[in-house]
Amino acid sequence: MPSRLLSVHDLTKAFGGFIAVNRVSFDVAEGEILGLIGPNGSGKSTTFNLIAGALAPSAGSIRLREREIGGLYANRVAHLGVGRTYQIPRPFRKLSLVENVALAAYYGQAGQPSRERAYQQARDALELVKLPSEDAARVDGLGAAGLKKLELARALATQPQLLLADESLGGLDEQEMNQAADMLSGIRDRRGITIIWVEHIMGALMRVVDRCVVLDHGEVIAQGKPQEVAHDPKVIEVYLGTDARQLQSDIAARTG
Amino acid sequence: MKYAALALLAAAPLLGMGNYPLHLLILCLLWACVYTSWSVMGRLGMVSFGHGAFMGIGAYVVVMGWNHYGLSPWIGTPIALALAAAVAFLIGYPCFRFKIVGHYFALVTLALSEVTRLIIVALRDQTGGSLGVTPKTALADVSYSLNALQFSSKLVWFYVILAFWLGGLWIWKKVDESMGRLALEAISQEEDAAASIGINVTKLKLGVTILSALMTCMGGVLYAQYQLYVNPDTVSGIGISLQMVFGVIAGGMFVRLGPTVGAAFTLLLAEGLRLWFGNQYHGLDLTVYGLMLVLFIIYMPKGILGAASGALEKRRMVRAGA
Repeated sequence: MPSRLLSVHDLTKAFGGFIAVNRVSFDVAEGEILGLIGPNGSGKSTTFNLIAGALAPSAGSIRLREREIGGLYANRVAHLGVGRTYQIPRPFRKLSLVENVALAAYYGQAGQPSRERAYQQARDALELVKLPSEDAARVDGLGAAGLKKLELARALATQPQLLLADESLGGLDEQEMNQAADMLSGIRDRRGITIIWVEHIMGALMRVVDRCVVLDHGEVIAQGKPQEVAHDPKVIEVYLGTDARQLQSDIAARTG
Repeated sequence: MKYAALALLAAAPLLGMGNYPLHLLILCLLWACVYTSWSVMGRLGMVSFGHGAFMGIGAYVVVMGWNHYGLSPWIGTPIALALAAAVAFLIGYPCFRFKIVGHYFALVTLALSEVTRLIIVALRDQTGGSLGVTPKTALADVSYSLNALQFSSKLVWFYVILAFWLGGLWIWKKVDESMGRLALEAISQEEDAAASIGINVTKLKLGVTILSALMTCMGGVLYAQYQLYVNPDTVSGIGISLQMVFGVIAGGMFVRLGPTVGAAFTLLLAEGLRLWFGNQYHGLDLTVYGLMLVLFIIYMPKGILGAASGALEKRRMVRAGA
């Protein structure tokens, strides 16, 4: 049994009277790819933002290697080894690609590297996601897939132990989606980075995740292996609804 | 080329320059100092309308210390700098911590510069109120006093202010080359994303704000000691803060010498208007400033120097391509 990297316990976030995340608990093992799924508004992104430090929890705990990180500022969480991407890419448009990623390498690690080292790590990260790493490459030329790769490269350059990937495949076509899924599993396999992947496109996700946590109305309704979760009647009812049959065939096609 | 121009500038007063042109040149460098200080943070997306406050602190703290306590400007200046840094911190910290950016930040700072002016006016028994105040002269029998930081020779002031101007440009260059500048640009575009990659947004913004405030405060000290007269409207308040913003936009805030060009431009404009129309139309210069500001923002958003260097670059590219 690999050791626990992240442990979320009774995590709760209320915005006024609206409870977006309600006593959510799950663990993430080291080296695992965990899928966090659920319909729109189920609390996936809020959970994400709580872990990444963009929001402070109302109650509950988030422990990274037994250290409480709930309520820490985002920059502190980054230093402790959590990298994140945004669902809607947020590049620094006026900077070059290398500068975008080099900032992450320079500021995102616990011990600040030299500038040369940060730029080297930035080029490595860009090459890993197959983006151009020369100085002249700009953000302007990138399409939807390119911007998502940039998000990934920026998060990776902080040398995280845990990568939070937020619906990273939205807006991509089938082929790009599969490439991205392979890229994430490649990152885990080669770099040993643990990944939490928020996604609503089930097919691509099912192929690479080890385990799924399903949220609905801010609560965990199921968790387990992808096939188990996909056959869970509660999941089929609240998340998949009338598309259940479509999903079943999707999974059959993907997982064989 | 660069050094030749600098040598020419340094030698200019020795080549038999009249008193009035020399005075204009000194003022131009002095304002260039202040505008450069403003731009150090202004070009990174933090537009402040409050820099009149820092300039006012520099000018008044030193003069008040000298007049009321006989405190040498050599002691008054560190006190003024410390006060300016403290004010920058008090205004900056809550703004940056709670993500008050853009127009809202500009409004907060606008209030700061006006509050400073009002405080100076309200303490009229000490500060002379809106009539202004003159530092007690130390030049009754001598032509200079190092202790009082008073020099009757304009030439001395020219070299002192030239040195500070060069210092300001040096700081600009250091900031420009730093990773902090990249990080602040990133913050000005996507603040949350910048925080998510480990950038301490509050700390970096505070750092550059305090740096800019210190430089501006120093400009205020030099202004008071050179002019030997300060007035709340000429060193503080909304008017002077707006003038800084206008000058920098006119000159170009994204190139190192832009603020300097802006200083020359605003100074010549003000002097030109004064010579042309005399003092009969009160507030004419402000009206013209306002109108030109609008025109600059629409037609030349990168300022005179920014637009000029952009055009040169284009020509070079065309030539290289041909």
